[in-house]
Amino acid sequence: MVPVKRKHKRLTFVGLALLLIAAAAGLVLSAFEESIVFFHSPTDIVEKTPVPDRRLRLGGLVEEGSVERQPDAVVVFRVTDMANTVNVSYRGILPDLFREGQGVVAEGTYAGGLFTADEVLAKHDETYMPPEVADALKKSGKWNEMSEEMKRQGMINKGAQQ
Amino acid sequence: MLHRFANPTRFLRFADIIQPWMAVLTVGLGAAGLYLGLFASPADYQQGESVRIMYVHVPAAWMGLFCYMAMAAAAAVGLIWKHPLADLAAKATAPIGAGFTFLALVTGSLWGKPMWGTWWVWDARLTSMLVLLFLYLGYMALINAFDDPTRGIKASSILVLVGVVNVPIIKFSVDWWNTLHQPSSVMRMDGPTIDASMLWPLALMAVAFNTYYVWVMLIRIRTEVAATKVRSLRMKQAHGS
Repeated sequence: MVPVKRKHKRLTFVGLALLLIAAAAGLVLSAFEESIVFFHSPTDIVEKTPVPDRRLRLGGLVEEGSVERQPDAVVVFRVTDMANTVNVSYRGILPDLFREGQGVVAEGTYAGGLFTADEVLAKHDETYMPPEVADALKKSGKWNEMSEEMKRQGMINKGAQQ
Repeated sequence: MLHRFANPTRFLRFADIIQPWMAVLTVGLGAAGLYLGLFASPADYQQGESVRIMYVHVPAAWMGLFCYMAMAAAAAVGLIWKHPLADLAAKATAPIGAGFTFLALVTGSLWGKPMWGTWWVWDARLTSMLVLLFLYLGYMALINAFDDPTRGIKASSILVLVGVVNVPIIKFSVDWWNTLHQPSSVMRMDGPTIDASMLWPLALMAVAFNTYYVWVMLIRIRTEVAATKVRSLRMKQAHGS
């Protein structure tokens, strides 16, 4: 029998250990998928109807034409994932990036078809360009549609669907 | 190749040649990148001037990951092939990588407040990046926790290798789970989504951060080699008298 060199033994051991750790991490992460996702889509919330009073986050795009400012700093708007839509009510200061067609993550409770948020965060996409380029794209009609925007912002549901 | 540079004397001769070049590149490219990024490049169509934080934040985050991979590779070589120089390289990389990771977290927080509306959220990307910082800190604590340096190196090398599992988690966190952090803009399958006028300063900064790492790492390895020599001289003295 050919003697196995010690360094080869160590190499195999390290390789096998890394594989096992990766497998373990994969199992743990997929088991905790539900708590790792930062927000739920309108579809999730409409279909699963969470317990009232349970705090959760809702993420999607602010539907065009849905923002309505009411007295006493209350803002009402709809969050959509192009399949379903949830009404949101929020009282407070909105982030600068908050606008119609923009990604948003709201934290609060959902009851009776209304999501009452106490925190609203803006989510932006990963495209960076000078304003002139953005204007030119809009003028030439090459600006992406809202659903495309959605994909770019990573708003398409991941994980939580399973 | 590996064995050639495993000899500290030969390695130090090689380091003597490239170290000044790394210093020159760091200063030159860093100055050019900062000027282009902070002054000459355009503001962003939706983020305005805040986008300029990117020119520090993104290279710092890349280097946080890069240094970890370099450290893990060096630790593996040290553990498997018993090259003392590889152990020293891993040890020298840790504080630099920790510094980059810390810088990425701080600049990210400063960027998050005006854009997202929060300093910090526990989403998958931010949390896994914080875990990376803790891995660096844990490594540095562990390597110095033993009286016998070789035992410290062995234990901390194992820690680094176990922590490698976090690297793909950081990279793909924004693809696997819903996060507040946006997906990758540069390292993606369908090409960068950053306008060329912003991509150039970013690339310059990334190269400058990289040469900074090599520069400082060489200085640190030099110190480690000297410290090892001092230690063995002391041992000899103690046994000789």
